[in-house]
Amino acid sequence: MDIGLLLKQLHQGDPRSVARAISLVEDRSEVAAALMMGLQQERFDQALVVGITGPPGAGKSTLTNALVRCLREQEQRVGIIAIDPSSPLTHGALLGDRIRMMDHALDRDVVVRSMATRGRLGGLCAAAGAAIRIMAASGCRILFIETVGVGQSEMDVAFLADVSVMVLAPGFGDDIQAMKAGILEVVDLLVINKADQPGAKKLLLDLGTETANSDRLLQTVASEQQGIAELLTRILSMEEVFRKDAQFMARRKRSRSRETLDRVMELLRDRLRELVREEADNQLEPGAAAAGIVARIMGD
Amino acid sequence: MTQYRVLIAKPGLDGHDRGAKFIARALRDAGFEVIYTGIRRTPDEIAASAVQEDVAAVGLSSMSGAHLRLFPAVLESLAKAGAVDIPVLGGGIIPAEDEQLLLEQGIAAIFTPGTPVEVIINAFTELCQQQHLSR
Repeated sequence: MDIGLLLKQLHQGDPRSVARAISLVEDRSEVAAALMMGLQQERFDQALVVGITGPPGAGKSTLTNALVRCLREQEQRVGIIAIDPSSPLTHGALLGDRIRMMDHALDRDVVVRSMATRGRLGGLCAAAGAAIRIMAASGCRILFIETVGVGQSEMDVAFLADVSVMVLAPGFGDDIQAMKAGILEVVDLLVINKADQPGAKKLLLDLGTETANSDRLLQTVASEQQGIAELLTRILSMEEVFRKDAQFMARRKRSRSRETLDRVMELLRDRLRELVREEADNQLEPGAAAAGIVARIMGD
Repeated sequence: MTQYRVLIAKPGLDGHDRGAKFIARALRDAGFEVIYTGIRRTPDEIAASAVQEDVAAVGLSSMSGAHLRLFPAVLESLAKAGAVDIPVLGGGIIPAEDEQLLLEQGIAAIFTPGTPVEVIINAFTELCQQQHLSR
């Protein structure tokens, strides 16, 4: 594999090279490190990463598709990573987010990649960070990361993205109650999608007056393109504000640390599994066994 | 172990996607990452999606009788996209004489009602292995 050539073509926006580069990282190829080091960092610095999260069926893909349509009218090149869960038993996955994004299938400036979680928890996949950097290097100005359908604690995207959007829809009332202390606190924007459906008012009530009246709440009907231009304007004006003060770089730094930690865990995971398996024969209390393993790794 | 990615698509106008969905689920359960594009896709859309997703194989389903036209059209679109190395498998209501024609035109395998699902999975596995070796 000629990494120099791959990098050259990738930076020119060649679809196959972009896709292959993502695969190399996702499959943990030995050339992945060299590839990632060869990406033009300035392009990623100029790009905006938007995280789209929310419960299954809230309309994440449809909303992303609608935002992409708006951005294409402005002739911006965009990238989308759509993540779905892998089976913990077979490691297989059914990745179906593309169905709702086929409007842009022939548009070379809409780069879509479906990715499976491959054992990672938290709503993302391990290669998500690398994939957005590859897409940015290929010239994508706005990058969307669409998480798996999340519940209460899958909030990793809020730490990876520059601006994070939580999509809700009528009919998730009880879920909202449970989310209050979790992901609702950490996302930047809340979108009530399918706002034309009965139950939208109840959803507002469930969110509580403070949230319902706050300026971080927007309403959309993504399938009808309603409220989408407003949402996009909102996202872009947040970017502008973040870039003016130190916030943007602080967020990127936080995102980098988070991803580094992630990669450390990934690299350690297999080795740790082995150690845990060995330790299991000693029949220790799990807390004590864990402390023993950590002491062994750290060389204490 | 390498995780194989495959695309399952339905070209043309027919909306009978039970077969496509059945195969998509069977492949998922066999450990594949399956990208499903839904019904009524054009050959160009299928090829562009296959390239963007960097899949190792494409599976097509046709129930309408248009396979002789649509399956080779997908091969053509893949060639145009610079992806002749991605094998295309097809399934559906396909008469035996058409099967031969399609194989001659470069479709890697054809499955018809009654083909055991293990045969289909084995064919995908083998072709994905070959595709990965050529990378």
